[in-house]
Amino acid sequence: MRSAAISARRRFTALAGTVALALTAAGCGGGTGSASADGKVTSITALDYYTDTAEHAQWGARLTACGKRAGVTVEHRSVPGASLVPQVLRQASSRTLPDLLMLDNPDLQQIAQTGALTPLDAYGVDAGGYAEGIRSAGTYRGKVYGLAPTVSTVALFYNKDMLAEAGVAVPRTWAELKKAAAELTRPGRYGMAVDANATFEGTWQFLPFLWSNGGDETRLDAPQAAQALQLWVDLVRSGSMSQSVLNWTQADVHDQFVAGRTAMMVNGPWRISELDKAATLHWGVAPLPVREAGQTVVTPLGGEVWTVPQNSSKARQKKAAQVLACLNDSRSMLALARQYHTVPSRTAVASRYAREVPSMAAFVRSVERARARTGRLGVKWPRAATGIYTAVQAALTGEQTPREALRHAQRIATGS
Amino acid sequence: MRRAGSLRRPRLPERVTRWLFLLPALAYLLLFFGYPLVENVVMSFRQYSASTFYTGEAPFAGLRNYAEVLPSDLFREAVLTTVLFTVGSLVGQFVIGLALALFFQRRFPLNGVLRSLLLLPWLLPLVVSGTTWRWMLDTDTGVVDRALRDLHVVSSGVPWLTGTSEALVSVILVNIWVGIPFNTAILYGGLQAVPAHLYEAAKLDGAGPVASFRHVTWPLLRPVAGVVLVLGVVYTVKVLDIILVVTGGGPADATQTLATRSYALSFQQFDFGRGAALGNVLILLSLVLALVHLRAGRRALDSRGVVR
Repeated sequence: MRSAAISARRRFTALAGTVALALTAAGCGGGTGSASADGKVTSITALDYYTDTAEHAQWGARLTACGKRAGVTVEHRSVPGASLVPQVLRQASSRTLPDLLMLDNPDLQQIAQTGALTPLDAYGVDAGGYAEGIRSAGTYRGKVYGLAPTVSTVALFYNKDMLAEAGVAVPRTWAELKKAAAELTRPGRYGMAVDANATFEGTWQFLPFLWSNGGDETRLDAPQAAQALQLWVDLVRSGSMSQSVLNWTQADVHDQFVAGRTAMMVNGPWRISELDKAATLHWGVAPLPVREAGQTVVTPLGGEVWTVPQNSSKARQKKAAQVLACLNDSRSMLALARQYHTVPSRTAVASRYAREVPSMAAFVRSVERARARTGRLGVKWPRAATGIYTAVQAALTGEQTPREALRHAQRIATGS
Repeated sequence: MRRAGSLRRPRLPERVTRWLFLLPALAYLLLFFGYPLVENVVMSFRQYSASTFYTGEAPFAGLRNYAEVLPSDLFREAVLTTVLFTVGSLVGQFVIGLALALFFQRRFPLNGVLRSLLLLPWLLPLVVSGTTWRWMLDTDTGVVDRALRDLHVVSSGVPWLTGTSEALVSVILVNIWVGIPFNTAILYGGLQAVPAHLYEAAKLDGAGPVASFRHVTWPLLRPVAGVVLVLGVVYTVKVLDIILVVTGGGPADATQTLATRSYALSFQQFDFGRGAALGNVLILLSLVLALVHLRAGRRALDSRGVVR
């Protein structure tokens, strides 16, 4: 008995030792970036959500090149889009944030509010010449925390062959859109497709219709918002748009378009490289229709901003800021824009790009007026976004009229 | 041996040894169950937000999170949906599971192969089966609607995932499909424990298949059935992945359960306090059911003792 107790105790000591060792190892694993003996920073870490193999490699190469200029190597990691913010929050609480962090632009204010990011003016990063939309997305309480090399937005993609065959012109107003969509609808094919699912992605696709009509996320119960939602409801009711839009992601909408099951869709330029792969598909892109001729199209601004999180080492932050500045110089902007069919976020660079790549001119024009989702509401945006997709879902299923649905959305947005 | 031990008071080293044997299990429970549970309860009384992660500041909010979450319409709807989802899933899983278990009790060729194939839904990652179901249930292109149309059961497509009443039925059907293997496996095991001579005796007494099920199988299976049902409830109340993948809680919140609401509050709106408050309601519910389960388990043991 006695010997058993001793051996059990010994085993426990061994176990405790192992646990302690494991904890130490985990603690050490936190900050991976290293500094050489004389305190000079030799490597920094970077985190983004470019998990696609090709994209990850391309960004890795870009970060390495920019790191070389700053005299550091960059350890590049990517996590899936949906888990980036939860990951960042975890790292914020354990003080293991990367030196360089990419965020989707509507998330920036939320993360900046936590205090986990540093303002970029402290490092002398040039934040001038940016289009208003992306500047406001990267700004929290008057300070710039994030800069995006390139930005994007949504537009109307259409199948040229289907439009020609039906004798339909590219719609510019909502009335034309409804008519065109109805005429393009055939058995096994719809005229139009959007993403109306119950996520922020559904909200993002509804925004251009809301904003172009003079609607606003601060007044969702206004008639302009109801008119915009009525358009989507009409398209589904008339059978020009599948009821399945309620459950489609943007990727699903793209798949429908490529498979020839829809003649038009709302989507973004990041789809272009995939669309180009479909050899038999002849597609065109146009600004989204507005309710009445003469209204300006206002689309939501998409794009990822790069930030420098709080960190114990000032030297590492400085290096990270240098890499960030390099990612955001005109040369990187142009290269990235060409690679991913996006638009450089400095207006001067964007107009040069529009001259060089005429097919992107439509996007360059709409990005100039594009609005950041957090522009009006800041950190309160997620509530409004939830209200909007809830209203879209309620109206498209026929649970509520667009008016009722949006009145409810306004209550969700204001938290009452 | 045991009686001898209980007569005298164990010496100190012996008692220490006993505790040392318990220690790993206790440490594990405290670290991985106790700590998160307490943390979740504490969280629900605090105003937790995204900034809390960095600053560590979560001001005490008292019962405010509960006061905001519990009286809302959304909560009532979520409770109703959760109840419908759970009851629907359980009835479906149990009835089909029991039918299959009875079927596999007969001897026929390929019985073993078929029985192991039946476990397939259990082995597939839920995201994979969920995504596949999402495709199959699509109104325009899904195989389910096409089959129904070709068989002239319906004239136009059923909006499986996009109709507000159909969507709940769809996620229930998918969840039934996922749960059948578990029910079949456990109930089949329970059926194996029913002594064959009882069936022979029943047959001699002139009992048909229905009567022998009612008077022999069911009474002896009841304890196992109770365990299956209670575990089923605990598994079903917390289902998150299937709903998120198949409908995402839509359309128009038609498939929002307590679990998906709690997830949305915490991880989409970063309102961890309210998310935790809702999560605690679920924990409480599961806890009550777990107690029922433990009692049912004890009763199962007792009744088996009586039979033997």
